[in-house]
Amino acid sequence: MSKKLLLKNDHIHNIHELSVYRQNGGYSVLENTLKISNPENVLEEVKKSGLRGRGGAGFPTGLKWSFLARPEGVPRYLVCNADESEPGTFKDRYLMERIPHLLIEGMILSSFALGAKTSYIYIRGEYFYVARILETAIAEAYAAGLLGKNIMGSGFDHDCYVQVGAGAYICGEETALLESLEGKRGNPRIKPPFPAVAGLYGCPTVVNNVETIAAVVPILELGGDEYAKIGIGKSTGTKLISASGHINKPGVYEIELGVPVEEFIYSEKYCGGIRGGRKLKAVVAGGSSVPILPAELILKTANGEPRLMSYESLGDGGFATGTMLGSGGFIVMDEDTSIVKNLYTFARFYHHESCGQCSPCREGTGWMEKILHKILEGHGTIQDIDLLWDIQSKIEGKTICPLGEAAAWPVAAAIRHFRNEFESYVQNPENIKDIKHYYRLQN
Amino acid sequence: MPLVTIDDIQIEVPEGTTILEAARKIGGDIVPPAMCFHSKLKTSGGYCRTCIVKVEQGSAKDPRPMPKPVASCRTNVMDGMVVRNITSPENLEARAGVVEMLLINHPLDCPVCDQAGECHLQDLGYEHGKEATRFEFARREFEPSDIGEHIKLHMNRCILCYRCVKVADQITDGRCHGVINRGEVAEISTYIEKAIDNDFSGNVIDVCPVGALTDKTFRFKSRVWFTKPVDAHRNCTKCCGNVRLWYQGEEVLRVTARKDQWGEVEDNVDGSTAWICNECRFDKKNTSDWTIEGPSKIDRHSVISANHYETNLRNIKADTLKMLGSVPHGVKVELGTGALDPNNLHK
Repeated sequence: MSKKLLLKNDHIHNIHELSVYRQNGGYSVLENTLKISNPENVLEEVKKSGLRGRGGAGFPTGLKWSFLARPEGVPRYLVCNADESEPGTFKDRYLMERIPHLLIEGMILSSFALGAKTSYIYIRGEYFYVARILETAIAEAYAAGLLGKNIMGSGFDHDCYVQVGAGAYICGEETALLESLEGKRGNPRIKPPFPAVAGLYGCPTVVNNVETIAAVVPILELGGDEYAKIGIGKSTGTKLISASGHINKPGVYEIELGVPVEEFIYSEKYCGGIRGGRKLKAVVAGGSSVPILPAELILKTANGEPRLMSYESLGDGGFATGTMLGSGGFIVMDEDTSIVKNLYTFARFYHHESCGQCSPCREGTGWMEKILHKILEGHGTIQDIDLLWDIQSKIEGKTICPLGEAAAWPVAAAIRHFRNEFESYVQNPENIKDIKHYYRLQN
Repeated sequence: MPLVTIDDIQIEVPEGTTILEAARKIGGDIVPPAMCFHSKLKTSGGYCRTCIVKVEQGSAKDPRPMPKPVASCRTNVMDGMVVRNITSPENLEARAGVVEMLLINHPLDCPVCDQAGECHLQDLGYEHGKEATRFEFARREFEPSDIGEHIKLHMNRCILCYRCVKVADQITDGRCHGVINRGEVAEISTYIEKAIDNDFSGNVIDVCPVGALTDKTFRFKSRVWFTKPVDAHRNCTKCCGNVRLWYQGEEVLRVTARKDQWGEVEDNVDGSTAWICNECRFDKKNTSDWTIEGPSKIDRHSVISANHYETNLRNIKADTLKMLGSVPHGVKVELGTGALDPNNLHK
């Protein structure tokens, strides 16, 4: 289980340069596809591959592409979501920084399948230096005739642009991203209509994550059927995992979906175990918004089966005993971590990042943060814990976009699995000052 | 035409009708409250979440329930759709949650707020809210900002319904106000405290569901329930000239657009929306400026109607009224259209 598809050439020096990338087989998939294939076949291969959106929701990419409206005389757009703003996730940055041409090749291939003459890479403001890397790579591609008019003599024209955002979590939500890309305030749109019908500038648009688009290259290289054999069940292919927290080897790992969580945390090939030999307390498996799970539930499902790194296995048990693969932001916490303090940090983040458009999220995120702050200051009551639970239930599912859920789920999960810790903070406030190790950023 | 069932009541509505519009056609208690939706403003609605309903069956074709509550003001009906509003305790609980969220940072300064009595948030609080708040922290406060000589912005009261932004976008030319900042501290403001100044800007007052945007010429003059609404018109070169005058004694304290039972600006006879210009609103405060049509029909905002007359005044015959000389409280009479002497009304 050590198949690498996206990062297989990661070790090669200067792989970010076009010449090096091409020497190592880069753009050969594009050349073959443009020569011998057609858009329908590309779509068919992506469908067969079972690829699921790598941004967090895990929606089948082929299906999403097939929803794209194709009215006559209206341009279609492909937009790459490189906003990567979920705390704990940094895989797209790594991929774009190291192998920018893989994304660009994927962009051209995907646009070919979708019939999009123009595509945009919307990248978050904090990644300004990555945007420069991408722009250099795009300039190289234009100079080599890989972008622009009549790509490789195929008659297919395509232009690709990089647009830098201003650094807002909400702009990772696809419709807010489109608003921002149009130069407006980054507020999510009310759906329907979905972007597949009316997206960028009111035209049919597909928005995909960086990793999803990059994965199109190995899919076409191997063929959809071969790609589908990698992974487990409906979780096909490989996935980049951003591992962080109290582990010996934090970083970005490409795993074949289906690796046991225990192996991922403890094996030397991946995270290399918990730092300082301490015990595992909890894991947030897919970026800050997915439910946190205590050690016993992340290693084994409620039925006692080993938990695997896959969409299905991590989701096993629903939110009562399971979580989500999400964007692959794998945050590991050791036994000294304060779950309440950690939750306060998450709540503060969502409060800060709420766009303010709809009431439950605008008001509720701030309220939850204030209550958590009160508990951490030693003034909390048992009623506050119940109130927190009630507030999150009043936000979840009542908002325009998924930010409401993203803010509510961590609160719900922390109370569900670690209520005793909240209660001890409330009952023995004098002990709170003794809790030194909130994060253990320094060893 | 799609057949939709709302709280066990069936109704057939044209294609493209929203759940809220269908419910309004049925009328009564099953109509979801709406704070941000305004039928005369395109793309309004969807923000406040008070109109959420539970969709038990998506359509006849696809009978699956919708996984989350939906905003009825922005969701179109489908044939065979089954919607639950007040017959779903779960939905009422969710709505109470939204109302609580809207109120936690809203200053409960109704005793000194000009909107009191015609405030949608007040009504919403009475009808759907809880009796006490669980919010025990300091309420959010904004720095006051001056947006011109006629309109008072009181940002602390704002619930960010975006209606005024849509008015500025769609009714006035050259929008100079909008939402700045993000999240909890997002606020309505003008570009570097620029004054809102164009012929139709006063309409933002009429669409504001709360007391965030009020008429400076009316500020602190009277409570709305002490004033008496009368429909009137004049020949205006800028707007339709169809307005509502609010009298106290013989003095016109304020001029607004005419609003229907949902608190939305009414349509003119020709189908256009009766937005009014700033000249009519702020400068024409004499009875002699206007041709009086008759007392306005007020039936939703209980506080205003309680102090005046019963409903159905629109159909009162002018003759009867002339004969009576005035309308006694609680007497139902038929009234037609035509010029009437306002001095004979509301005595």
